[in-house]
Amino acid sequence: MTTSTTANTMTKSPPSAPQETDERVSKRGLFGTLMARPEVGAAVGAMAVFIFFAMVAPPFTTAGGISTVLYGASTIGIMVVGVSLLMIGGEFDLSTGVAVISSALVASLFSWYFATNIWVGVALALIASLGVGAINGLIFIKTKLPSFIVTLAMFLMLTGLNLALTRMIGGSVSSPPISNMDGFSSAQAIFASSVTIFGVNFRITIFYWILLVAVASFILLRTKIGNWIFAVGGDQNAARAVGVPVTATKIGLFMGVGFCAWVLGMHQLFAFSTVQSGEGIGNEFLYIIGAVIGGCLLTGGYGSAIGGALGALIFGMASRGIIYAEWNPDWFRFFLGLMLLLATIVNLMVRRRVEKK
Amino acid sequence: MSATTHEPVDGHTDDAAERSQEPDSASAAQSPLVSLESVGKRYGNIIALRDITMDVHAGQVTCVLGDNGAGKSTLIKIIAGLHQHTEGVMRVHGEETTFDSPRDALELGIATVYQDLAVVPLMPVWRNFFLGSELTTGWGPLKRLDVNAMKRIAKQELFEMGIDLRDVDQPIGTLSGGERQCVAIARAVYFGAKVLILDEPTAALGVKQSGVVLRYIMQAKQRGLGVVFITHNPHHAYPVGDRFMVLKRGRSLGYHRKEKISIDDLTAQMAGGAELQELSHELAQLGGHTAELKQVEADVAESLGRSTTR
Repeated sequence: MTTSTTANTMTKSPPSAPQETDERVSKRGLFGTLMARPEVGAAVGAMAVFIFFAMVAPPFTTAGGISTVLYGASTIGIMVVGVSLLMIGGEFDLSTGVAVISSALVASLFSWYFATNIWVGVALALIASLGVGAINGLIFIKTKLPSFIVTLAMFLMLTGLNLALTRMIGGSVSSPPISNMDGFSSAQAIFASSVTIFGVNFRITIFYWILLVAVASFILLRTKIGNWIFAVGGDQNAARAVGVPVTATKIGLFMGVGFCAWVLGMHQLFAFSTVQSGEGIGNEFLYIIGAVIGGCLLTGGYGSAIGGALGALIFGMASRGIIYAEWNPDWFRFFLGLMLLLATIVNLMVRRRVEKK
Repeated sequence: MSATTHEPVDGHTDDAAERSQEPDSASAAQSPLVSLESVGKRYGNIIALRDITMDVHAGQVTCVLGDNGAGKSTLIKIIAGLHQHTEGVMRVHGEETTFDSPRDALELGIATVYQDLAVVPLMPVWRNFFLGSELTTGWGPLKRLDVNAMKRIAKQELFEMGIDLRDVDQPIGTLSGGERQCVAIARAVYFGAKVLILDEPTAALGVKQSGVVLRYIMQAKQRGLGVVFITHNPHHAYPVGDRFMVLKRGRSLGYHRKEKISIDDLTAQMAGGAELQELSHELAQLGGHTAELKQVEADVAESLGRSTTR
C-alpha cells in the first residue's frame, strides 16, 4: 500500500530526492521512534510497577488479582480518558471528581423524588453532565479566564450543590436507596455488572474503559477533530488563523469530560444503589495525575489516550498492589507523588528535545 | 507633525504617474487581484493609516516597507480581513469589498502567513500542513483522516518548493525558522491562495534562512500568485520585489516600480533621510548648530553606505 503510493509520487516529482529520503527515515532507528511516543514513560513505568509488585506480592499476578487491579484502574481510567483529551487540548478541569457524584445524584434523586423509572433519571444525568461540561467551556471561552479558575469555581459550586440538594430532597447526606425502583436491575446490568471469562470475574467498567480509550485514540489520531484538539492545545492562535473552530473544539472537550463523568457516576450509583453526597473531592487530582503520568503535557498539545490508560493502570496496580503486599496503605500517596514527579521529568525531557532545535 | 508636509506630495505624484503608465506594462494588462484606493483606517481618533493606494497583481511581488509603527500591520490586517478600513475603497478581483473575518478573505483566495502564528510546533509537519483543511476518507462514524495521502502530498509539495524533508512525521518545531515559514507558505499555495500576504517572514531569521524564504517567495511568484511581502529590510525586499511601497507614520512615502528606484534610494527612504533633512531645516530656522547636525547626517549616510555594501 505505502510502496505503491510512493511509486506514484515518484513519477510526478523531479527525479532525485524521495527515494533516498525514505532511506534516511529508516536510519532513525527503533529506539528513536519509541522515544518520540508520548506514552513511552508510562509504558516503562507500568512495566516496572508490574514487575515490582509481581515479586513482592504473589497474589498480585493471580487471575483474581489482575481482575481487581483492572477494576481499580478502570474506575480512574474512564475519567482519565476525558481529562487526557482536555489536557491535550490545553485545558484543565478541577470539577471532575465531584461531577461524577453530581451525575449519580441527579439520576438517583430525580427518579426517587418523582418516582419515575430509573432510566429517566439516567438520561437526565447525562444531560446534566454534558451541561456542566458545556457551562465550564462556555464560561471559559466567554470570560477568557484560565480554565483552572473556572473549573475550580465549578468544583466548589458542585460540592455545595451535591451536599445541599441531597439534604434538601432526600433529607440525608447520602442519596436514598433506589434498588427496588423500576429499571434498577436493567440499569445495574448495563453499568455495574460483571462478565465471567474463563472463570474469572471482570467488572463491566473494564470494558467501557477499554472501549473509551479505543474511541478516544481513534478520534485523536485519525479524525479531523483529533487534529484540532492537538492544535488548540499546541497553539490556539495558530489554530484559529488556519480556520480551526477553536471555541467549538474546547467546549466539546469539556463536554467529553462530562460524558466520562456520567459513565463513572452511573457505575457508582448502580454498584451501591446509594451515593454519599460528600464524596469525590480530591479525585480530580487522581485523574489529572493519571493523564500526566501517561505523558500528557500540562501545557497542552501533546499526549495520548493510551498513555492516560497506562497512567490509570499504574494507579490501579499501585493502589491494589500495596494491599496485596500487605503494606500500610499510607504509602500509596507517597508512591503516587513519586510516580508523578518521575513522569513529569520524562515529559519535560521529551518536550525539550522537540523544542530545542 | 510638520515634518510630514513635504514627502507625501512627492509620493503621490509618483504614485499617480505609476498608475497612469500601468496599461503599457505587460503584467498589468490583467486587472489587479487586490487594489486599494485611498484606503485609510482610524481607531477612534487615532489615524493608523491614511490615503494608501496600491495594487497587487498576479505574478508580482509587492513589498511594503516601513519601520515599526509605520502602519504595515494595519495595512495587511485590512487586506487579510482582521480589521476593516474606514476610508477609501478596496477592490478584490475588481469588486468593492470589506471583509468581516479572515475566513472571508481566505474564501476569496487571500491567505496570510503571520510571522509568529504560522504553525503548531509540537504537531507533525503533515498535520500542520493540512490543519483546518484535513483530507478524509470513508463515511459516517468511520470517516477518518486520509493519513497516507496527506503525508504524501505534504512531502511532495514541500519537495517541489525546495524543502527536502527526511520525515514529514517529525514535529514541525524541529524544523528551522525558515523552513517553518516555508511550510506555512507552501500550505497557503497548495490550498489555492491567489494572493499571499507575508508578514515579516524574514524578521526573526538569519541570513541563510532568510535566503530560503526569499527563494520561496520567488517560487510563489512564478506560480502566478500575487505576493504582498511586508518587511523592514530593504535588502530582503529589493531582490524579490516588483513594486515597493514605503510607509511612514501611516502614510505612503511613495509607490515605486523596481526600475524607478535603486536599492540605495529605497534604503534612504526607509531610514528617513528626508525627515532628517527636514529636521536640519527646522533647526536652522531656530538657529540651531547646523554644523553638528551635518556631522550627524554624514554619520548616517556613512552607516547606510556600509549596510548597502555589506
